[in-house]
This record gives sequence, structure tokens and C-alpha cells, in this order.
Amino acid sequence: MVQYQKTQLNASFAALSDATRRGVLEQLGRADASITDLAEKFHMTLTGMKKHVGVLEQAGLVATEKVGRVRTCRLGPRRLEAETAWLEQYRKLWDARFDELDAVVEALKRKEAIDGRNQRK
Amino acid sequence: MDAIRESEQIPMKNSATVERTSDRELVVTRTVNGPRHLVFEAWTKPELFKQWWVPKSFPIVLLSCEMDVRTGGKYRLEMGCGDAKPMTFFGKYLEVTPPARIVWTNDEADEGGPITTVTFEEKTGKTLLVMHELYPSKEALDAAMTSGEKSCVGETFDQLEETLATLSASGAPS
Repeated sequence: MVQYQKTQLNASFAALSDATRRGVLEQLGRADASITDLAEKFHMTLTGMKKHVGVLEQAGLVATEKVGRVRTCRLGPRRLEAETAWLEQYRKLWDARFDELDAVVEALKRKEAIDGRNQRK
Repeated sequence: MDAIRESEQIPMKNSATVERTSDRELVVTRTVNGPRHLVFEAWTKPELFKQWWVPKSFPIVLLSCEMDVRTGGKYRLEMGCGDAKPMTFFGKYLEVTPPARIVWTNDEADEGGPITTVTFEEKTGKTLLVMHELYPSKEALDAAMTSGEKSCVGETFDQLEETLATLSASGAPS
């Protein structure tokens, strides 16, 4: 189960590893759009945008539906997972930052201890 | 109390938590091994702040850092990331209460950025940091979470993820 979740999360990470695809999600968060709309918006060929939407669709982040000749895209059922993936990235950033802060504080602690001893002399 | 025993313990690896506590709020918590007056000092003195805000493990360089940490003061950080255009982060300190609390704005975003509040709470020689980010709307937080809004950093993690994916590709099911 844990492994399954991890695999799903990796799919989300991979789908989100591209700036255009993140932009597409942001755009679809505001309003549904056709592939043609998205291609224009991101200055891409229809084929290029179809590929990006395909990756997002496979990760469950986007759902598409063809009505007549137009394929409409909207945010998919795994939207929540994208949020989870983002939160995990954000957590990693802060953890890395705070690890460095820990090191800076450790140095200040040592300095304060030395200064304190010197003052007592 | 057991202050001596406390300081003799092998420090445990502290770990941050991140939670979306409402439509508009994110909360990051983390314990740092040191009294809060030192943690506060490391946060508010530019020469110390520069040593930790951009972790060494990231391919990001802090190009410039100006901070006037007092209520009403301003800050401006410029970060470089590979060949990409440098990113500028700036805003104003709405409240600075040593050594307990700092509140600042994040004005680099086009549509309203969040207001960040960090509190420093001392517990037996360690400091609990609680960082609260309040976005102007649900849409603003949703957008931040789907775009690479912290993009320099976002890209860094992308590179990391890609590297990890490449490394594990041989053993992992496709």
C-alpha cells in the first residue's frame, strides 16, 4: 500500500517536473480549457500540448472529454495528490533550510559558551 | 531542571512538518537545537541569515541580501539559479518583536502574496519555530501550489527528482 502510494506520488512528481505542465494545471485551476486554447496560451503546437496533457492525464492530474471536435481539459481526480507532492517538496525545502539554521545556531551556542567562560575568568 | 543531561543528549535529527490548515493557510513547524534568542539572532542578522536561507545543497546562489529587520523595515533578496534570470524576493516587516515573533509581506508575486508570521517558542533549550503563511485568497494559494511559484527552488527539486528518477529507473517498475 505504501509502495503503491509512493509510485503514485512519483508519477505526480514526474508530471509536475515541467514548467509548462505546472502552468497548464494552474490555468485549469482557473477554468476548463480546450487543447487548442492551451496550445495558444503556451505558444505551442497542438501536438506538443497534446503530449503534455497526455502526461498529466496519465498521472490523473487532468481529465479530458471530447465533445464534438473539441477536447476539453479540466483538473483531474488526483488533484489532491499534486497538492501532496507540492507540500512534500515544500517541506524538503524548509527542512534543508532549517538544517542549515541548526548549524548556524550551533556555532552561536559554542561562541556564547566561550564568551561566557571568558567573562567569568 | 535536567539542563545538563539535556545538552549531553545526542541531538536527534529534527524534521519539519508542513500542513495546509485552511483554504488560505500553510503552516510549517520545526524544532531547532538552541535557545530562541540565538535562533532569533540567526534569523535577523543578515550576515547569519545569509548562511542558512539558501541551503548549500541547492544549486542556488544568494546574489544579494538587504534586510532592515524592524517593524516597518524592508527586505530584498536576489537569488541566482543556473542561467535563469535572477529571482527577486522583497517585502516589508509588519512586526518584529524580539525574540518571539516576526511578520512580513511577500510582495514579489503579481497577485497578492502571502503574509508570513514566524514565532519562536523556547522549550528546554530548544526552539519551536512555527511559520504561518496566510494567502489573500484560496485561489492565490491554489495557484502557488500548482505553479512552481517558488520556482527557483521548485526547479531545484525538479532536478533532484529527475536525478532520483534516473538513478532508480533500472530497478523500478515503469
